[in-house]
Amino acid sequence: MHLSDEERAMLSGREGPAVQKAMEIVAALGEIYEAERLVPVASVQVAGVSYGNLGEAGLDFLREWAGQGARVVVPTSLNPAGMDLEAWRELGVPEQYGQRQLEVIEAYRAMGVSISCSCTPYLAGNTPGFGQHIAWSESSAVSYANSVLGARTNREGGPSALAAAITGRTAEYGLHLEKNRVAHLIVEVTCALNSLSDFSALGYMVGRKAADRLPYFRLDSGLEPGSDELKALGAAMAASGAVALFHVEGVTPEARDLHMLADDAISITIESLDEGYEALDGTSQDIDLVWIGCPHASLAEIEHTADELHGRQLDSKLWVTTSRDVLSTARLEGSVDRIVASAGRVVADACLIGAPLHEMGITSVATNSSKGAFYLRSHTGVRVRFGSLAECVDAATRGRWPA
Amino acid sequence: MARMKLRGRVIRRGHAEGEALVSQQAMSFFGGVDPESGVIVEAGHELEGEFISGKILVFPQGKGSTLGSYTLYRLRRNDLAPAAIINAQSEAIVAVGAIIADIPMVDRLDISQIRTGDEVTIEDDLVEVNRLDSPA
Repeated sequence: MHLSDEERAMLSGREGPAVQKAMEIVAALGEIYEAERLVPVASVQVAGVSYGNLGEAGLDFLREWAGQGARVVVPTSLNPAGMDLEAWRELGVPEQYGQRQLEVIEAYRAMGVSISCSCTPYLAGNTPGFGQHIAWSESSAVSYANSVLGARTNREGGPSALAAAITGRTAEYGLHLEKNRVAHLIVEVTCALNSLSDFSALGYMVGRKAADRLPYFRLDSGLEPGSDELKALGAAMAASGAVALFHVEGVTPEARDLHMLADDAISITIESLDEGYEALDGTSQDIDLVWIGCPHASLAEIEHTADELHGRQLDSKLWVTTSRDVLSTARLEGSVDRIVASAGRVVADACLIGAPLHEMGITSVATNSSKGAFYLRSHTGVRVRFGSLAECVDAATRGRWPA
Repeated sequence: MARMKLRGRVIRRGHAEGEALVSQQAMSFFGGVDPESGVIVEAGHELEGEFISGKILVFPQGKGSTLGSYTLYRLRRNDLAPAAIINAQSEAIVAVGAIIADIPMVDRLDISQIRTGDEVTIEDDLVEVNRLDSPA
């Protein structure tokens, strides 16, 4: 692999141990994946924030790297934490967890990372352009950036994304190269897609079937998917499979202007979403918490939740998770007040995966996100229901899943 | 005593010596290895219950969450890291973990040549395998 003089200097330690370690990571990945060179990145999204997932291991490492002088040199945004960084005490987060979480945030802040705490940086100020090279972690954000924005990133891990932010570079392999962005799986969807949870269930199914083939969707339903639908679809495929890029014919940028379908592509047909719903929906009747906002809710999703509530009072908890940026706009627009009036919460910064759910007394969760349902099941051990926004909100008003 | 020399590709330079612990299954460090004890805890893994600390850990490649890189770092901080890692084909999770935890690592060699219990010495890309009692 070719390294420039400046890159070689970083590797030799001339810019200090923090930059050297970062360049060792970037260069090693380049060698492993046979890149010819490194490319500058326009922005970075760093995952590995919630203390519940990072643990002492991650916190130790971040503190050491920051202490060695690691500083980011490109705009760098941060994934969700395990709690709302302002309202955590009133939401029932235990003191010790909260303090450790704040130490993680401090380490990132010391490195110059923006404390954006969202899995939807593209809705909160970090929006890369078409064709730009970026180094993002957080699989749902990677999927959105590649597919909907046409930017170029591999699925980075937390440390490798941070290494790219510190060096300003990433190795040019995988999805940075045009030839690897061509689809090999045509997905003909003949059933109607009527809600976000439909797109989420579809994504769950296709992610499991795709293996290493990049999907190209043809949607027969008349409704053209917008940003929220594509976000739900991509997040689901990135959770149930390893899909980091997809195309939707006539919709996503590379499938509008370029020929992104391989000649030897195979084809599958999706006639029903039952398989997706059945795989994720459990049997729990009681619902402690309804969770909307995986990935983090857009302004429209917060509004739709308030509309669906329509002033009804809640019996169980209802949390809409979002970025602090979107929260402040939603406050101004009044949708937050409408949710709060029903005794619901709009929670900033946080993801439930990595949050101390058991300590908070939460044992059953309903959500309209297949990604959320999937990780709640595998990572937290709570009981899970998966359904539409209407079903979820209905469950929150009764404390029971609708029969 | 059988002696064998293999040459791989360096992921992390360094010198290490130790007893080989070999698996033919991919390994997840996040959730798969307990960083406080150095024991493999992945249910159903063929090395479940084995202690990896100080061993030359040999497996085809990593899998699972990218947080596994931090697990390797934590093992190092707890003085419980493997002495070295040998993979058939490296991927990002274990490679990044080896770099941030300063664990010598080599890939792209025939790992079927190495058996659990072999005495292994690594010097950058050179792997020397000593088998004390060759079975008939």
